Amino acid sequence: MVGETRVSSPLLEARGLVLAFGGVRAADGIDLDVNEGEILAIIGPNGAGKTTFLNMVTGYLRPQAGSIRFRGREITGLTPRRIVRLGIARSFQIPQLFTEHTVLENLALQLAAREGFWAPFAPLLSRARSERALALLERFGLGELASVRADALDEGARKLVDVAMATALAPRLLLMDEPTSGVAASEKHAIMDRLVSALRREGVTAVFVEHDMEVVARHADRVAVWSNGKILAQGPPATVLADPAVHREVLGVEVAPC
Amino acid sequence: MPLRLAFAVGFLALALLAALQPWLRFVLTLALATGLAVLGIMMLLRAGQVSFGHALYVAVGAYTIAFARPQLDDVLLLLAAAVLAAVVAGILVGLFVSRYRDIFFGMLNLAFSMVVYSLLEKLYWLTRGTDGIRVARPRLFGVALEGARYEWALFALALVCVAIAAALVARYLRAPAGEALSALKTRETRLEFAGVSARRVLFQAYVVSAGLAGLGGGITALATLHVTPLLVYWTHSGELVFVAILGGTANVLGPFLGAVVFELVRVHAAAAFPDAWQMILGLVLLGIVLLAARGLVGLLEELGRWWGRRV
Amino acid sequence: MELLLLLALLDGLAYAAQLFMVAVGLTLVFGVLKILNVAHGSLFAIGAYSASTLAALAGTPWLSLLALALAALAVGAIAGPSIERGLLARIYDKEQVLQLLLTFALFMILEDVQKLVWGVQPVFEDAPVRALGPVVVGGIVYTAYQLILLPGLAVVCLLFLVWFLRRTVTGRMILAVAHDREAAEAIGIDSRRIYLLAFTIGAGLAALGGALAAPTTSLVPGVGVQTIVLSFAVVATAGLGQIEGAAATALLVGLGRSFAVYFAPELEVVVPYLLMVIVLVLRPSGLFGGRELRRI
Repeated sequence: MVGETRVSSPLLEARGLVLAFGGVRAADGIDLDVNEGEILAIIGPNGAGKTTFLNMVTGYLRPQAGSIRFRGREITGLTPRRIVRLGIARSFQIPQLFTEHTVLENLALQLAAREGFWAPFAPLLSRARSERALALLERFGLGELASVRADALDEGARKLVDVAMATALAPRLLLMDEPTSGVAASEKHAIMDRLVSALRREGVTAVFVEHDMEVVARHADRVAVWSNGKILAQGPPATVLADPAVHREVLGVEVAPC
Repeated sequence: MPLRLAFAVGFLALALLAALQPWLRFVLTLALATGLAVLGIMMLLRAGQVSFGHALYVAVGAYTIAFARPQLDDVLLLLAAAVLAAVVAGILVGLFVSRYRDIFFGMLNLAFSMVVYSLLEKLYWLTRGTDGIRVARPRLFGVALEGARYEWALFALALVCVAIAAALVARYLRAPAGEALSALKTRETRLEFAGVSARRVLFQAYVVSAGLAGLGGGITALATLHVTPLLVYWTHSGELVFVAILGGTANVLGPFLGAVVFELVRVHAAAAFPDAWQMILGLVLLGIVLLAARGLVGLLEELGRWWGRRV
Repeated sequence: MELLLLLALLDGLAYAAQLFMVAVGLTLVFGVLKILNVAHGSLFAIGAYSASTLAALAGTPWLSLLALALAALAVGAIAGPSIERGLLARIYDKEQVLQLLLTFALFMILEDVQKLVWGVQPVFEDAPVRALGPVVVGGIVYTAYQLILLPGLAVVCLLFLVWFLRRTVTGRMILAVAHDREAAEAIGIDSRRIYLLAFTIGAGLAALGGALAAPTTSLVPGVGVQTIVLSFAVVATAGLGQIEGAAATALLVGLGRSFAVYFAPELEVVVPYLLMVIVLVLRPSGLFGGRELRRI
C-alpha cells in the first residue's frame, strides 16, 4: 500500500518450471511474469496444470527444475509459511476453512496471523480484530454469516470465505484458485466487481484461475492460457480470447452455458 | 460468567465433601491433581491429538519431588521444581513429537513413557526400582504440619492451583494460539498458508500440558508421599486419556469434573474388581467413542437444554 | 569375545524373526485400513497365552508344535473378523483421534482379559522348543527352534506376503484398496471385504508372532504393551505400510537389541527407540517410507 521505489523487474518471475507426477507433466517449462498492480487470469482445461502452478508459487509443491522469484528474490523451495510472510497469499480450489470455527473466527485467525498471534492471553475476538474481520466480510457480502460455523455454509459461501481469508492476509500478490466457482451466477459479477475494485484500490497484484470467460473478459488485464503444463498464449483478454487456437484448446472443450 | 460459577459451586461442594468425610480429602486432592494433568491432555485433544504417554510428565513431576526432597523442605519450592522439570522434559520431547500427528503423536508419546518406565524400574541404584522412593513430609511456609492439617493444607493448595490453572488455560484457549489448536485439527494446511507455524501451535500447547501434568504429579507425590514407576506405566496414561474423554473437551471444567467422578468411582470399583478395572474403563471409553458423546460436560449441556425446554 | 559376538548375532536373528511377524501384521493393517491397531500387541499376547495352554495340553513335543500353529490360527480367525466387523467398521469415516481411541479402548479391555483368563503368574511352556532339540554352531549350543524354525518361518512369511500381495488377484485388490480406496471401489472392488481380509491376516500374524514367541519366554502381564510399543517402533522406523522395510528394520532392531544385551545391558530397552528417534529426525517418514501430499 505504501508507494515504494519502482523496480523495473516484474513482481513475480517464473522461469522454466518443470514438475512431473509419474508420467504426467503438470508443468512443462512454464515461463511467466506477473507485473506489479496487474490482474492476471489463468485459463485452460482441467488438468492443464493451473493449480499446480499456484502450488509451486506458494511453496506447496517444489518444482523439479526452474526458478521462481518474487520482488527479485528467489523463493523456490521455501515453505508456504515463509512465502506467505513475504507477501504472497492464496485461496483454494477446495475451500480450506477451519470447520469448527465461525466465519468471523476464521477471518480473525487470518488477521491474527499477521500480528499478535502468540500473545497468550489476549482474546482472538478482540474488539478491534472483530471489527476488521467484519469489515472484510462485508466486502464479500458475507456480513450476515459472521456467526455461522464454517461447516454449515453452502459451497458458494465457503468459496467466498476462503477468498476473504486470503485477502485478510493483506498480500502484495494474491493468488485465487477459481474464486467464484460454486457461487450463484447472479452474485458472481457483483462480488468480483467489489473484490477487484478493492484490489485495485489497495494496489494488490492478483492472479486468478477462472473458467468463466465473461469474468475473465471483464476483470483481467491480461490472460495466460494453460495447456498440458505449458503456456499456450498470453496477452490482453480481447486478443487472447479471440485467438482460434485458444478457442480450440479452452473454449471448444468447456464452453459453459453460464 | 457461568463457567466461573460452576467452578465456585464445585469448589464449595468439594470442600464440603472433604469436611464431612475426612478420608475423602486425600482422594479429592488426588482427583484435583489428576484433573490438572488432564487439563493439558484436553488442550492436545482440541488439536485432535491424543497422547498415550502423558503419565511421563506426571512421573517427572513426582520423581523430581522425591529426588529434590532431601535438599528442599518447602511444599511450594518442591512444586515449582516439579513443574520446571516437567516443562524442561516437555520441551525436549515436544521438539520431537510436535512434528508428528495422529498415530505417530500418540504412539511416540507412549514409546517415550514406556522407555522411562523401564529405566525407573531398572536403574535401581537411583530410583530403588519398583519399591519406589518415600518422600518425607515437607513444611509449608516454614511450618511443619501434621496429619490432618497437612492434608487440609495440601487440599487447599490443590484448589488454588486448579483455580489458577483453569483460569489461565481458559484464557489461553480463547487467544489466537489456543483457538488455533482446533484449527490445526480441522485444517492444518490453512494455518501454514496464513504464515502460522502449526508445529509451534502444537509445541506450545504440549509444553503447557507437560507443565500441568508435572504440577499434578507434584501434588500427587506430596499427597501420597511415595513415588513408584507405576506412575508412568501405560495404564496411568490411559486413565488420563480416559478422564479427558469422560470430561469432554468443551471447556476447562470438563477435566476436573471427569477427574472427580473418576477418582470417586475408582475408590470403590477398583478395589472390587482389581483385575478388571482397565477392562471397565475400556468398555466405557468404547461406549463414549462409539456413541460419539461429548463427555460429561456434553451430558450436562444436554440436561441444561432439556431443562430449558421444560421450564 | 567371539563367542559373545556369535551369541548376540544368533539371539538377534531369533528376536528379529519374532519382531518381524508382529510388526508386519501391524503395518499391513495400517497400510490398508489406515488405522493403527493399538490392540495389536494384545493379539500377540493372547496368541502367546493360547499357544502355551494348547502346547501344554498337547502331550507330546511334536504335537505341541502343531498346537502353536493351531492357537495362532484360532485367535486370528476369531478375533480378526469380530474386531473388524464389530468395532472398526463403525468408525472408518470418523476422525483419526476417535479411531485411535477406539483401538486403545480395545487394548485396555484385552489386557485385562488376559489377566482374567491366565492370571498374573508367569506362564511358561517350552515343549515346542524341546521337540526340535539343540544344535551346535561354532561351539555354542543353541536351540534349533530359535536358530532354524523362527528365522525360517519369518522368511517364509515375508516371501509369502510379497507373493500374495503382488502376484495374486486378491493380493492386488488389497494393494489397490491400500493405494486408493475410492478408485478401487470405482472399478468394482468391495473394500469392506478387503478390509476384513487384511485385518484378519494382520491379527493372525500378531497371534502367530505371539504363538511362536511363547515357548522361548515366560509370559507375564505387560507383554501386550511391550509388543505394541516395540512393533510400532519397528514399523515407524521402516515407514508405515512398508513390508520389506519392516523386515529390514526388524533385523536392525533385533540385532541392535541383542548386541546391547551383551555389550551395554543398561541400554537394552533404549536401543530400539534410540534407533527410531534418530531415523525419524533424519527421515520423518521412515527409512523406506515416502511422503504423501493431500490435494488442496
